[in-house]
Amino acid sequence: MVALAEIEASSLGVRQIRKSFPVPDDPLLHRLVLDGISFSLAAGELVSLIGPSGCGKSTLLRLIAGLESPDSGELLIGSEKITQPGAERGLVFQDPNLFPWLTVRHNIQAGLVARGVLRETHHEVGDFMRLVGLESFADAYPHHLSGGMAQRVALARALINHPKVLLLDEPLGALDAFTRMRMQDEVLRLWQARRTTMLLVTHDIDEAIYMSDRIMIMSPRPGRIERTISVALDRPRQRSSPDFLRLRGDILEFVHFAGNASIENKD
Amino acid sequence: MLQEETSRRSKISPPESGVQLASAPTYPKPGAVQRMERRSELGWRAQLAVPLAALVALAIHLLFSKSAPAVETHSYALFFYEIVGVSAVLAIAQRFWMPLRSWMRHMCPIFTAAILSLGLWDIVTFGFRLLPMPYFPGPAAVLRSLISDRALLLDSTWHSLALLLSGYSVGVLVGLISGICIGWSTPIRYWGMPLLKVVGPIPATAWIPLAMVISPSAVVSAAGLIALAVWFPVTMLTASGISNTRASYLDVARTLGAGRAYLIFRVAIPAAVPNIFIGLFMGLGASFLTLVVAESVGVKSGLGWYVSWAQGWAEYGKVYAALIIMAAFFSTIMTLLFKVRDRMLVWQKGVIKW
Ligand SMILES: Nc1ncnc2c1ncn2[C@@H]1O[C@H](COP(=O)(O)OP(=O)(O)OP(=O)(O)O)[C@@H](O)[C@H]1O
Ligand SMILES: [Mg+2]
Repeated sequence: MVALAEIEASSLGVRQIRKSFPVPDDPLLHRLVLDGISFSLAAGELVSLIGPSGCGKSTLLRLIAGLESPDSGELLIGSEKITQPGAERGLVFQDPNLFPWLTVRHNIQAGLVARGVLRETHHEVGDFMRLVGLESFADAYPHHLSGGMAQRVALARALINHPKVLLLDEPLGALDAFTRMRMQDEVLRLWQARRTTMLLVTHDIDEAIYMSDRIMIMSPRPGRIERTISVALDRPRQRSSPDFLRLRGDILEFVHFAGNASIENKD
Repeated sequence: MLQEETSRRSKISPPESGVQLASAPTYPKPGAVQRMERRSELGWRAQLAVPLAALVALAIHLLFSKSAPAVETHSYALFFYEIVGVSAVLAIAQRFWMPLRSWMRHMCPIFTAAILSLGLWDIVTFGFRLLPMPYFPGPAAVLRSLISDRALLLDSTWHSLALLLSGYSVGVLVGLISGICIGWSTPIRYWGMPLLKVVGPIPATAWIPLAMVISPSAVVSAAGLIALAVWFPVTMLTASGISNTRASYLDVARTLGAGRAYLIFRVAIPAAVPNIFIGLFMGLGASFLTLVVAESVGVKSGLGWYVSWAQGWAEYGKVYAALIIMAAFFSTIMTLLFKVRDRMLVWQKGVIKW
């Protein structure tokens, strides 16, 4: 009973979200960035969000994280409304944004310190450093890290809080192809072990198909969810299987067509 | 150069011996090691430059002081003998201690130049009396004042140090608190910033007439003025550092579950530390100025007071002696602050350039 309630509590509901930002040159003018976004993530679901640059993916994640508030609409975790940031929703930002004044170890344990639970849970810090393969860099400062290493630290820093919902904004974008594939498997392993609900923003269609239960494709200006595709492939998935490639072809065609359509709209 | 040598060397030897290379001069393998040894030796010219300069300066002095009584030149000559002696000791010590050697190589030209300019000073003042006399004594006379009046100078330094530290620490403490409040809270910024902008730029020394009327004792008012002089730059730079904290750091902390205390003390303040140090340095400069001025007009102790007192008696040797002490005193404090900063900003290594 308790377990069920807990799982219920980690579902994510996004209802008719609209968000606009003031235009920098003209404060009276507002530009609509997200126009009526609606979807839900069942507890433990891994869903990808793809779409062209500037369509509002990061903005959507910031709204769910509670860093921004929507103009209208509702955001729900389980049955609770999101009004402010909280540790139960982790966000890995597009840039690693490590605290430069803290070592790798202290960056990773920042969430434990912030929540005042370091004493009880400090043994996990080592686990998470091992997870992202950085235990030998524990005492290094961020300016000594490569871009990929920094992004791994950022991932570990978000994971250590055991969020119910993990929001990932192109977390693997800065990694090389090999590390990237290894990290994809690591994220999947974590997701399966914890049944964390995950929303993954990516530019990489292969990554979206490889990782997610569903793929949501966004259109730009204003951002809408154009299409949702279920990925009904067995896990672990083969990147070169015919079904994988067929799905990839479909998505590419759709994205390409949508791109052309939006260019035509402009003219 | 040295690194290049090391890496080339380590290719043909097991890695653990590569580590020894820098510290163990008796490493048995010939070739590269010996070549390095020779290059890192301190040349004869570098070893002799300082004692030679000292002997030259001494010769200059003795040349001009034939007519003067021996007591006049005794301590000055002794000073140069000491330099020669210390150089000899260091020349031996550097053979066994690598860091000393590189320090000596680095400092040799500057010491030589400093000693030679003592000689030049001697020629211009003591030798040919090219400058009006009571105002420009020679180095020997200054050294004599330094030695003969050392008790009073030490006492004055001590008083200056106490006054400076009390004023500076109060100013820094208040400045940090007000800077953090102004930087963090919008309402406090609204009311505090105009006050800061109007009152802050007034030089602290301009308050001296008022401070003397208000305060019960000159020392207390001087400490207050020093605190005021420090408070302004520390507040200004702390506030700007805090309010310019990158929003993304605050966002990250919020998503990690941080409350307000974490955001202020673990994000905004660390992010502002580079700025805060700029404020601390500016405040230190302002505090030196205020200290000396306050001591020469109101406070009856300290180096500033000593300078104006000696000037009153036209004892310019003492004036210069006090200036030398002041230079050493202030630059030591400045160096200490630099050391503290380098420690606290290790995470910024490679970024700071001042
Ligand atoms: N704080 C803000 N103020 C004004 N405009 C903003 C703000 N944040 C985002 N925008 C605008 O909202 C739009 C969407 O931005 P967002 O960062 O969400 O795009 P994105 O889909 O994440 O793009 P990318 O794939 O390049 O990361 C952009 O046009 C951007 O200029
Ligand atoms: Mg983005």
